[in-house]
Amino acid sequence: MGALLRTVIRRDLLLAWRRRADIATVVLFFVIVVSLFPLGVGPEPNLLRTIAPGIIWVAALLACMLSLQHMFASDHSDGALDQMLLAAAPLGLIVIARALAHWLIAGLPLVILSPVLAIQFNLPPELSPVLTLSLLLGTPILTLIGAIGAALTLGLRGGGMLLALLVLPLYVPVLILGAGAVDAASAGLGAEAHLLLLAAQLVVTATFAPWAISAALRIAAE
Amino acid sequence: MLEAHDIEITRGDRRLFAGLSLALSPGTLLLVTGSNGSGKTSLLRALCGLLVPTAGEIRWHGASIRALREEYWKHLAYIGHLNALKDELTVRENLGVLCALSGIQTTREQQQQALAQFGLAGREQLPVKSLSQGQRRRTALARLSLSSALPLWVLDEPFAALDSAAVRHVQSVVSGHLAHGGMVVMTTHQEAPIAAPTVTELNLDQRRT
Repeated sequence: MGALLRTVIRRDLLLAWRRRADIATVVLFFVIVVSLFPLGVGPEPNLLRTIAPGIIWVAALLACMLSLQHMFASDHSDGALDQMLLAAAPLGLIVIARALAHWLIAGLPLVILSPVLAIQFNLPPELSPVLTLSLLLGTPILTLIGAIGAALTLGLRGGGMLLALLVLPLYVPVLILGAGAVDAASAGLGAEAHLLLLAAQLVVTATFAPWAISAALRIAAE
Repeated sequence: MLEAHDIEITRGDRRLFAGLSLALSPGTLLLVTGSNGSGKTSLLRALCGLLVPTAGEIRWHGASIRALREEYWKHLAYIGHLNALKDELTVRENLGVLCALSGIQTTREQQQQALAQFGLAGREQLPVKSLSQGQRRRTALARLSLSSALPLWVLDEPFAALDSAAVRHVQSVVSGHLAHGGMVVMTTHQEAPIAAPTVTELNLDQRRT
């Protein structure tokens, strides 16, 4: 079991490394979108500080969406998905490995970059860890929920648009809690409540999403 | 022992066949033939459990494969008409992933040996995108050399894109598996003389509904 998990994660990381341009697109998209706002809004420190968490979170959410379309598409078209569906280990386990790999590739870089980008918004240094922590808890939820959408829209024409329509409403609670955590901390209320709710959501999603993704993939393969 | 009872498969609005029953015992080769679009691939995918028949049931040693799931797939090697290879990975990396998914424990040497048997010696470190169609097919089929522990092989057009030497090698691997009590379900357009204790042919053209 452990060996298979390692093999699948290694496979996805290797593929991502050899298709570096794809990840670079996602990360650059995130960096550029976030950097455009201070330029567009103008140098008004208070305003920038207020909008920072929202902007960074929305950009992370869109960057995540951008990478999701590729999550199962090539495996579906070259037959690799069939082999995963017929694997000797439970599909849920393989799905967990795939989601983890996807998060390492497309989620973690955003988390790591966010404190750097926050400087452009004059975000007080003590709020930076809160923002990073909220993204650390939130981006895996984005990956897991997004993977359900990616599996459901597999092989459909115009799947990208449909994926956005399916997944974005489900991202709303994550966005509100994630950006809200930083707002609460800056208002001096403490971010614990928001972060705990986000963690709870992560636990629930991590429990049920692999099952939903597996079911959707089986339907897509028919 | 693989059995299908009264299965019916529908694709879209079209019923491919109905009331199809078959049984496969150790040492049996089932050749599925028929013209394009007669439902060969659909039948194979149904036997694997990738596609759920609209009616009927498929059983492995008496239990429905839909209930067995991984317990059934543990015993199955499926090579579809798509090679399931990733272009960016090397030949050996691809083989390693496919073996790991089938639950086959292999060493580096065994993988090298399997690839050498399929004429891919010296190409292990090449990315698959640099291979020809025939070499890709060989890479996909090299898994069979390592799959002797899996009793049931389901092969969709294994000879597609292969040259005659490779075809002969695949035939010998398949007949070796059958001689050791394995079961093989195969579709092919070629006349394929494969030595097997029992050969059954199923022509889907005669089952058109």
